[in-house]
Amino acid sequence: MSLLVDIQRRLGGFRLNVQFETRGGVLGLLGPSGCGKSMTLKCISGVERPDRGAIILDGETLFDSDRGVNLPPQRRRIGYLFQNYALFPNMTVRQNILCGLHSERDQTKRKTELEKAVRLCHLEGLEEHRPYQLSGGQQQRAALARILVNDPRILLLDEPFSALDSHLRDKLQMELRGLLARFGRDAVMVTHSRDEAYHMCSRIAVMESGRLLTVKDTKALFADPGSAAACLLTGCKNIVPARKAGAYEAEASGWGVRFQTIQPVRDDLKAIGIRAHSFNPMIGANAFPVEYLEEMEEPFERIIVFRYQNQRSDSPPLWWRLPKEHWMEPPLTVLGVRPEDVLLLYQ
Amino acid sequence: MDWYPLFNSLRIAAASSVIVFFLGILCAYYAARLPRTVKGVLDVILTLPMVLPPTVCGYLLLLLFGVKRPLGVFLSQFGIQLVMTWQGGILAASVVAFPLMYRTARGAFESFDQTLAYAGQTLGLSNTYIFWRVRMPACRQGILAGAVLAFARALGEYGATSMLIGYTPGKTATISTTVYQLWRTNDETGALRWVLVNLAISAVVLLAVNLLEDRRKGARP
Repeated sequence: MSLLVDIQRRLGGFRLNVQFETRGGVLGLLGPSGCGKSMTLKCISGVERPDRGAIILDGETLFDSDRGVNLPPQRRRIGYLFQNYALFPNMTVRQNILCGLHSERDQTKRKTELEKAVRLCHLEGLEEHRPYQLSGGQQQRAALARILVNDPRILLLDEPFSALDSHLRDKLQMELRGLLARFGRDAVMVTHSRDEAYHMCSRIAVMESGRLLTVKDTKALFADPGSAAACLLTGCKNIVPARKAGAYEAEASGWGVRFQTIQPVRDDLKAIGIRAHSFNPMIGANAFPVEYLEEMEEPFERIIVFRYQNQRSDSPPLWWRLPKEHWMEPPLTVLGVRPEDVLLLYQ
Repeated sequence: MDWYPLFNSLRIAAASSVIVFFLGILCAYYAARLPRTVKGVLDVILTLPMVLPPTVCGYLLLLLFGVKRPLGVFLSQFGIQLVMTWQGGILAASVVAFPLMYRTARGAFESFDQTLAYAGQTLGLSNTYIFWRVRMPACRQGILAGAVLAFARALGEYGATSMLIGYTPGKTATISTTVYQLWRTNDETGALRWVLVNLAISAVVLLAVNLLEDRRKGARP
């Protein structure tokens, strides 16, 4: 199962230009709103037409501007789970699912497929309900059932959890992951949430303003985002402009503070990233004097905003996040960072 | 009492409603997908009959379809005459009622959630199926409202109708032209009788719409 995407599309002042390939499992498209993630899915499914490029699924050309190929969405056999699930409001759950079985003429097979999907997606007893009578999670499962009976070759998931209450999200992420695993198809999932991407995706492509910044295995991306934009999207709060100071040393520009690193530093270093939970007063390495500014309390954690003493007052302060039980009273004087927690950012 | 005006009014209103229903939906569907500027111009042209005095519409229709005018001459080759015939009433009522159908249907199409159509396409449903089984039911309220308004307007049409087909008892007389004719000839009771008939029809139509809406409410919260 492989999907190859290389497309360009212009829309007003916006330019989409992405190239990627799936390698099995769930590929996440991670990026801020308006970066072209959903547009990419629309182009793959065929409901939008790219200006140039090619889309190839399992060796079959779905779109190729040079050869003039553009299969209509009806003939692509791609399952598309929309952000709002797009269940047909005038039909019951059963009728909605049967829409996915429209090409199956054999009545008994239609019935068994329908029952199978209802069981798989835990929709027993909801068959005659209308979409508005369902909860968000039930709507998602009904939409999935409708897609799965259609036997798609690949699934596209557009922000599948954004319409749900936050306390349901973790549960439904697990459910959906299980469903995808049982169904055994690849998927491309669009999200702006790093947590969702981390839970659901084996690989992640980071997008920004219509471009693909990087494609990496999920764990590798979080360990080494590579660019400032990718680092921000993985949830890193502290990004400081920096330059190379030695083979394993980066200097925060304008502060005169040097950070030891584990990875070798390349010449084109642009910045370093330090995650808010990487700071620690007990670490001797990369320990520097700091100045306490303010703090913010969360249910189980505390965020402390501080500055290095040599840091200019007009540059953004740094954030430190720590569990409440590790809290110690100010004055905060010294914080350290392990060399392996200094993220090197290029581009 | 001669019931011809009732029969004539109903057949003119029914026929023009059917024409306006499909034509209005067709125009609204394509207008909703046009670029903004083109849509603006088209909108003015298609909505004009709603804001023009009906007599002006009738005058313009006479200019086009009069016995010696180009379209009139053209149609007469096929034995069709629209001036002073009840068929002309269908034309007059259609022109005046069209904008009501077009505008309400367009509003409904524009507020339609396009992802529903996308979902249908990716499931392999044909565009025709999506149009009739997904888009139309989702836009049902607006389209039905437009159809009722158009029917009511067609039934009550007076200005353009009297200009184009005049009043000939037993031939082109409709309820509205009959009321005017009877009142003009001092037949107060006759006029009042037709007024009551008209009131009854309008009430029945509106009642039917309300019942229909109540019964179908299940489809939407």
